[in-house]
Amino acid sequence: MPPIKLTLNGKPWSVDADPDMPLLWAVREIAGKTGSKFGCGAAQCGACTMHVDGQPVRSCSTPIGSIAGSKVTTIEGIAEGPQAKVAKAVQDAWIKLDVVQCGYCQSGQIMSAVALLTDTPKPTDQDIDSAMNGNLCRCSTYVRIRAAIHEAAKALEI
Amino acid sequence: MPDGHMPENLDSTSRRRFLQVTGGAGVGLMVGFTWTATGRRALAAPAAKGLEPNAFVKVAPDSTVTVLVKHLEMGQGVFTGLTAIVAEEMDADWAQMRAEHAAANAKLYNNSAFGPIQGTGGSTSTYNSWTQLRQAGATARAMLVAAAAQTWGVSASDITVSKGVISSGTHSAKFGELAAKAAALPVPADVPLKDPKNFTLIGTRLPRKDSVEKSTGKAVFAIDVVQPDMLVAVVRRPSKFGAKAQAVDAKAAKAVKGVVEVVEIPRGVAVVATSYWAAHQGREALKVTWDESQAEKRGTDAIIADYKALLPKPGELVTKEGDVDAVKAAKVVKAEFSFPFLAHAPMEPLTCVVKLGKDGCEIWAGDQFQTVDQANAAQAAGLKPEQVTINTVYAGGSFGRRANLESDYIVEGVAIAKALSDAKVQGGKLAGRPVKLIWSREDDIRGGRYRPIYVHGMEAKLGADGSLLAWKHRIVGQSIMAGSMFEQKGKPDNTSVEGAAEIPYDIPNRLVDLHTTTSPVPVLWWRSVGSTHTSFAVESFIDELAAETKQDPVAFRRKLMEKHPRHLAVLNLAVEKADWGKPLPKGWARGVAVAESFRSVVAHVAEVSQDEKGRIKVERVVCAVDCGIAVTPDVVKAQMEGGIGYGLGAVMFGAITMTGGVVDQSNFDTYRCLRIDEMPKVEVHIVPSANPPTGVGEPGVPPLGPAVANAIAALTGKRIRDLPFTGTVSV
Ligand code: FES
Ligand code: FES
Repeated sequence: MPPIKLTLNGKPWSVDADPDMPLLWAVREIAGKTGSKFGCGAAQCGACTMHVDGQPVRSCSTPIGSIAGSKVTTIEGIAEGPQAKVAKAVQDAWIKLDVVQCGYCQSGQIMSAVALLTDTPKPTDQDIDSAMNGNLCRCSTYVRIRAAIHEAAKALEI
Repeated sequence: MPDGHMPENLDSTSRRRFLQVTGGAGVGLMVGFTWTATGRRALAAPAAKGLEPNAFVKVAPDSTVTVLVKHLEMGQGVFTGLTAIVAEEMDADWAQMRAEHAAANAKLYNNSAFGPIQGTGGSTSTYNSWTQLRQAGATARAMLVAAAAQTWGVSASDITVSKGVISSGTHSAKFGELAAKAAALPVPADVPLKDPKNFTLIGTRLPRKDSVEKSTGKAVFAIDVVQPDMLVAVVRRPSKFGAKAQAVDAKAAKAVKGVVEVVEIPRGVAVVATSYWAAHQGREALKVTWDESQAEKRGTDAIIADYKALLPKPGELVTKEGDVDAVKAAKVVKAEFSFPFLAHAPMEPLTCVVKLGKDGCEIWAGDQFQTVDQANAAQAAGLKPEQVTINTVYAGGSFGRRANLESDYIVEGVAIAKALSDAKVQGGKLAGRPVKLIWSREDDIRGGRYRPIYVHGMEAKLGADGSLLAWKHRIVGQSIMAGSMFEQKGKPDNTSVEGAAEIPYDIPNRLVDLHTTTSPVPVLWWRSVGSTHTSFAVESFIDELAAETKQDPVAFRRKLMEKHPRHLAVLNLAVEKADWGKPLPKGWARGVAVAESFRSVVAHVAEVSQDEKGRIKVERVVCAVDCGIAVTPDVVKAQMEGGIGYGLGAVMFGAITMTGGVVDQSNFDTYRCLRIDEMPKVEVHIVPSANPPTGVGEPGVPPLGPAVANAIAALTGKRIRDLPFTGTVSV
């Protein structure tokens, strides 16, 4: 089987893997980038959220063979890619408001929040609910996630 | 701190039993425990040109102050709160402070709230560290000041320290400049502590120490740990609790590319591979037949029915005041409650990395119970506890799950490494290779160690004037402590009755008793332990009695709470901030509840609404908390917010059910957890206090369920007796 060719965080990435292997495990175990987390393996929790060609996807349920040629961005690369400005605003807001508790869900939360603010620079609470509903947080940091998204949106206006 | 709860001060029998568990000499063996095997720092060795006055503080030449945190950072904020205590006494600058997990060492890092062990639980981290860390910080400061005095030829009393700068007249120095000199001085004893009036950091908002790492994907959890040559394992466990593997057909599993070996361990069959994906596929292909002769085959409905059948019978006496049966009542009110099994479902599934050598075992885990885990790992490995090194890393949540007396996931990891080291397995060529054990979410949801099922029977006798004359409370359920080192023989299980045995209401006649049941389903403390169910029963029933006697639920509580000023103050703060009594929009209602747990008192006022379709939504929760001195108030707030969300998801739709002994749920699609659109607005108010800090991680949970249930009753007239709420209302 020829290697699968993609772009990972702006760099060419050629993966020698079973095409059915979920993107999450290819990134974590083959590329060695562990910022994206395994929470359910079934597109239920969002801990594994990455961007594929700018769109948020649940990488645990995305076979790597199905996205050959795509541009994959993970939490490790989001602050440097084309969404750097939004990502910085989101991460700054996260830090300013001390959103995190255990932190395990937060890479996924941030990836979803960056995608939301890229499409919808001034989200309403309803926009946040629908964009972030797929990202579970067992520590229930939801109050602060909502506040931080609004905070980031405000920072991006300026 | 979310999590486990143990009776304070183990009695001598339990201590002895624990010493036996740890291999005869127990904690004494921990003395002089050093980390030579893996090249980690030797505890006793002084840092190069730095100051290490005790086991908790290190001052580096660059002035960085590192606090060695003996507790697990699992989200509850110990890296921030415990570091703040040291920083305060040192008069350090917050920016120069950092935190890291301490090495596992029961002698140095005993949890004095429930030791003799190192462990995190029962919301005790700040409570048991308060004086210890103040002393640690004050001692470091005194040594730096003494070094400054010597260097500058001034008296220590002429020296001031502020924001990490030591000064006297024209002299000034940062900590690091004096660290080497200070390290050469004797460690003073009994250094005076600050007058809390002069605190400058404690009680203020301090940025969390773990925010940056956790907001950039850099924080390392056990699942992220990589060791050279590491293998990845998953375990097939029986679908019924108590079943054992009878026959294994590993042929198809071994044929999966990347699968390296299949080994039997006491708790199941492990598939070991070069990657998680291969291990997972291998397990799918694995065929195991199980011996189910000892397994639990009842469904949860049958268990609850069995428990309900015990309600008419008197149980083991817990509390007796006055004579309940002798009271003549104008009216008797009765209610029965049932509570399901609950899984903790921490966001990071259970994971550990184990490297087993001939004379040592090194473990990486979000380890919550270091001393117990060392003892159990040693037993599984055939080593002595002091040969087991634990590297504690961040845990992706726990809520009690990672602290369990059998060290389930740790022992599995060690058992796999041990099986691979057998010379008969591939000629011993896998021996010594590190193994990462990963539980899938399905493993976690179906893996047991649930909050036990409980059934409660309540009965109240009311006078003609509406006064509450007598209170009977019967509890039926499985003990978390039975058979463990924490079991208190001859006493009713505290984890079943806490929150019910003592209540803040003065009722002249009161009887509480308990039926302790058994089942092969393993159970465990779950964020706030006994109060997860006792507070629901007590606070729902009190509310119902207020309604029965046509009294305002707040006024009714206040009257009964006169002799409990702390509870009263918390209740009053919550209702005042929530505008209790002021009108709400149409279709909304309020409910209130108050509960003491882990030495703190929390009251919640919940506002709920119902839409045209009858669906209930929790709109807002106003919380008041008395946790003594709030060391880092923003962490306290975060724990209340988190406790509210965690508690709300559980009461609304959390339930593990079983059919014929098999768990019906498997992942977040069937074990529903709270999502962002279901999270209410939260307001937290902290009661100012000069008392030493008490629990924070768990106490936000207990009053949440009853506050919401009481609001639902006020809105719909429906009293929720059986949890979760989904059985009674639409949520
Ligand atoms: S791990 Fe991918 S959605 Fe949960
Ligand atoms: S911060 Fe712990 S799961 Fe979200």
